[in-house]
Amino acid sequence: MILAKIVGTVVATRKDDRLLSSKLLVARPMDPRGKPEGSYLVAIDTVDAGVGETVLIVSGSSARMAAGLKDCPVDAAVVGIVDTIEVSDSGS
Amino acid sequence: MHLARVIGEVVASSKDANLAAMKLLVLQPLAASGEPAGRSLVALDSVGAGVGENVFFVRGREAAFPFYPAEPPTDATIVGIVDYWHTEDGVRAG
Repeated sequence: MILAKIVGTVVATRKDDRLLSSKLLVARPMDPRGKPEGSYLVAIDTVDAGVGETVLIVSGSSARMAAGLKDCPVDAAVVGIVDTIEVSDSGS
Repeated sequence: MHLARVIGEVVASSKDANLAAMKLLVLQPLAASGEPAGRSLVALDSVGAGVGENVFFVRGREAAFPFYPAEPPTDATIVGIVDYWHTEDGVRAG
């Protein structure tokens, strides 16, 4: 899973039928210290996350195991809203 | 599977129901030399690992298998704590 900050939403009227009631979010991956890294991605929201929140995103076929996404054409799902991240300085 | 060092913990109270009571750890993947290699990530723990330990973890759909028959939505899970590893350059402690 990766840490990411939600930076926006996506609205798409025309989409796959299995995505009809899904909320799409734009996320910017970040490292545990909050530094942005990598490119933006669109993820399905399963936990009512919103813009500005730090979240956990699961990628690949594992994303389909998130609640309500069975057999949906997705490869990224928001599965948690992060409260705190604790990183040890010596560990890295 | 990949080698990594556990460098931190994540707390998330609002999460997928199948992730309830699961420990979320921040991993820094390692090269065989023990140096950091690549981007850090968050993984579930199936073996009781903690911050500062070297571990190995599995990526992808298989990351849910240690929790069978539960199917938590995870793409990375720690499946072992490394005691030591051995390369041409010598033995490294976990």
